[in-house]
Amino acid sequence: MAAFFKSVFINKTNSISVTCFHCGDICGDLIVSVDEHNFCCSGCKQVYLLLNENNLCNYYDLDKNPGLKAKGKFVSERYAYLDDEATIQKLIQFSSDEQVNVTFSIPQMHCSSCIYLLENLHRIEPGVKQSQVNFQQKEVFIIFNPKEASLRKVVELLAFIGYEPYISLKDTVTKKTSLFNRKQIYKIGVAGFCFSNIMMLSFPEYLSSGFIDEAGLKETFSWFIFGLSLPVLFFSSADIFVSAWKGLRQRFLNIDAPIALAIIVTFVRSYYEIITGTGAGYLDSGSGIVFFMLIGRWFQNKTYDSFSFDRDYLSYFPLGVTVVRNGAEKNIPVTKLEKSERIIIHNEEMIPADAVLMKGLANIDYSFVSGENAAVEKKKGELIYAGGKQIGSAIELEVIKEVSQSYITQLWNNDIFSNKKNEEKSFIHPWSKYFTYALFAIAIATVVFWYFTDAAKIFPAVTAVLIVACPCSLLLSATFTYGNMLRVFGRNKLYLKNASVIESLAKINTIVFDKTGTITQSHAAAVDYEGLPLSDHEKAIIRTISKQSSHPLSKVICNSIPESPEKLINLKEFQEFAGKGLQAVADNTYVKMGSSSFVKNNIPVFTQDTGTAVHVLMDNVHMGTYRVKNQYRMGLKEMISNLDRKGFGLYVLSGDNNLEKENLVNIFGINTNINFHQSPQQKLDYVKHLQKNNRQVLMLGDGLNDAGALMQSNVGIAVSENSAQFSPASDAILDGSKVSMLDKFISFARSGKTIVMASFILSILYNIVGLSFAVQGLLSPMVAAILMPASSISIVLFVSLYSSFIARKKGL
Amino acid sequence: MSAFFILIGFSILVAGTFLAAFLFSVKKGQFDDDYTPSIRMLFDEPEKTKATSTKSVKTITQTKK
Repeated sequence: MAAFFKSVFINKTNSISVTCFHCGDICGDLIVSVDEHNFCCSGCKQVYLLLNENNLCNYYDLDKNPGLKAKGKFVSERYAYLDDEATIQKLIQFSSDEQVNVTFSIPQMHCSSCIYLLENLHRIEPGVKQSQVNFQQKEVFIIFNPKEASLRKVVELLAFIGYEPYISLKDTVTKKTSLFNRKQIYKIGVAGFCFSNIMMLSFPEYLSSGFIDEAGLKETFSWFIFGLSLPVLFFSSADIFVSAWKGLRQRFLNIDAPIALAIIVTFVRSYYEIITGTGAGYLDSGSGIVFFMLIGRWFQNKTYDSFSFDRDYLSYFPLGVTVVRNGAEKNIPVTKLEKSERIIIHNEEMIPADAVLMKGLANIDYSFVSGENAAVEKKKGELIYAGGKQIGSAIELEVIKEVSQSYITQLWNNDIFSNKKNEEKSFIHPWSKYFTYALFAIAIATVVFWYFTDAAKIFPAVTAVLIVACPCSLLLSATFTYGNMLRVFGRNKLYLKNASVIESLAKINTIVFDKTGTITQSHAAAVDYEGLPLSDHEKAIIRTISKQSSHPLSKVICNSIPESPEKLINLKEFQEFAGKGLQAVADNTYVKMGSSSFVKNNIPVFTQDTGTAVHVLMDNVHMGTYRVKNQYRMGLKEMISNLDRKGFGLYVLSGDNNLEKENLVNIFGINTNINFHQSPQQKLDYVKHLQKNNRQVLMLGDGLNDAGALMQSNVGIAVSENSAQFSPASDAILDGSKVSMLDKFISFARSGKTIVMASFILSILYNIVGLSFAVQGLLSPMVAAILMPASSISIVLFVSLYSSFIARKKGL
Repeated sequence: MSAFFILIGFSILVAGTFLAAFLFSVKKGQFDDDYTPSIRMLFDEPEKTKATSTKSVKTITQTKK
């Protein structure tokens, strides 16, 4: 904590921030220099030296600061289990006397430098013969000579340079996906081959103006074509038929049904013509349809993958955790947490990953996971699951499994907390059911019409109709729009529980603000102490106690006392009373800190926060008071005036006393309703009251005290300062530094509906135009086969680009 | 015109060979990763001259001692 504080201080005075040449982190007060480069720690320096020695400094040229921070103390005992023969057998793919093949998953690789380094391992470790990276799967395939290097040595090397492999002793699933992709490519290859050769052999048919009437030539070609078309019908288009058949069995006509019908019609008709000799058939068209459809789908899947909005390893998750590195404590975002790191969890903080208890008394509340409110005591060495919350003094844990953001998000969306207001809605528009029926109706009408008008046009018209119609926007636009919007929000540090929160956010017309911690900042607050002078020991006691709590006032007081080199304070019976204060027995001194009523006679008073005054009581002697000056977040005034202009109803509910009224009126204007001395229950009632008047309420608060009100409001946003306080009652988590962008967020959410509507109209237009050409027989079935996947790709692209464009316009 | 039969037959044979080669290469996994090769081709060859020059420097210092 102190090192971090010091580095901030140094940076401010020198105003030069030195970044590490290897990993790009800002170097603290400890700067290691070698060869005119600066490094943040000896770990980064050692990796640099290793690369330099082996002429691999190209690593630094390919990408800026590509390195991954080494873990400091390198504990080589960690990989001792890799010496065990049975374990080795589970992990490797092949082994002989001279060669061992193994594939490792390295999720940390993120750039071309990583590929460069991982493929040049043989230059660092001669035992490694060859290594090949598959960047998309984030895997590296290594061949090494077991006589010169062992599996353990290879893994230790990887960990040393910062690319620790993710070793799981369970079966990998990646093999299945690559086999699936191969099958698709086989089908496309065969279809392409047959299609192009059929076209070539159809030339006589195209050019038959009398030149080629050598008997038998045309017929022979027809039979060649017939033969070539069989693999297309039975192999390449098999998936389409299977999918249509599956849908049919469930009495449901899916998108593949009309396409399957079109293919069958074309091929059957052509075979009939060839066999009876009445014509040449349409197999060039038919195989073309299959080929283009398959290519279209393959391309579609690639596009979807690149626009995919899974919140992955690197995306922002507003959870911070205190980690112990090199003996110093540091607060880092949870995404940077790695296995076997030591973390410190304070009172009311959530444990972000499965971990083992190392130090301290653990009292874990699993209500977030299981709904059980009773806290469970855990002893040293016991496993504590992610999602549990610590009640009591700080504990130290060793992380044994990586943080799974999807798991935490899943818990968040858990039934226990949903009060049905923001359920995940299915994005399949109700109209899609009728789409296929309508399409078949049009097809039948076309057949009937042409049968009586010009029978020759029946076939091209009907097949074109069946193929060109695309219900894509019904299925895709909402999903991709909201998915992209979630990503944009996430980039701007507003993390939504799920996509339906966007729709709720768009409907908001009233905003309720909490004061402390939401519109005030806890970091840069000015703290004054008034009272009896405190000895260093007493200050250390206050610091230790306030450190246990994540309340903004506790943090501020803790930061204001410099860390002393004194021995550790023995802390017992720590308890935090939400909204009132803290109490503990430290070094046999009974200490109470908090609001005046709490400290003096412990009568529960409805004062929400401890006000701006924190009183300190030691062994029943009133030592003094910490006065905390509120500092309001930047940009607040402008945002409030924007919101006011747009007609939002604005309210402030504070548990504090009304000393701040003047400052608040200054920011919010005279018309805003500002209420003080609000208890959590009063805040909840206030929101209910607003909702009764048909207001759609957005509440911004901190997760702890405002949980009830947050859950009650239509959208509840918990403001976080990168702490490990996770509030499941909220629908969204917003980083404190971005609170002043609230008006932009709401405006962006409102535009979401516009985007979906626009793509919907676009798709309907496409269908109308396409079908109008198709029914007239003017659209060749092959062209229709190209248009259909093209239209779904274009809808996805349109929706994603448009929403990104609007995001940029709104300043997000 | 009967040459056509032979020509067409032969061309389909050749095309078929290419198809077989394609299917074979897919089976061998050459198309599994279509992204990394594009990065890999941009890497430079390791500089062999630097290695030899450091070696010669080393020998010089050794003789000096």
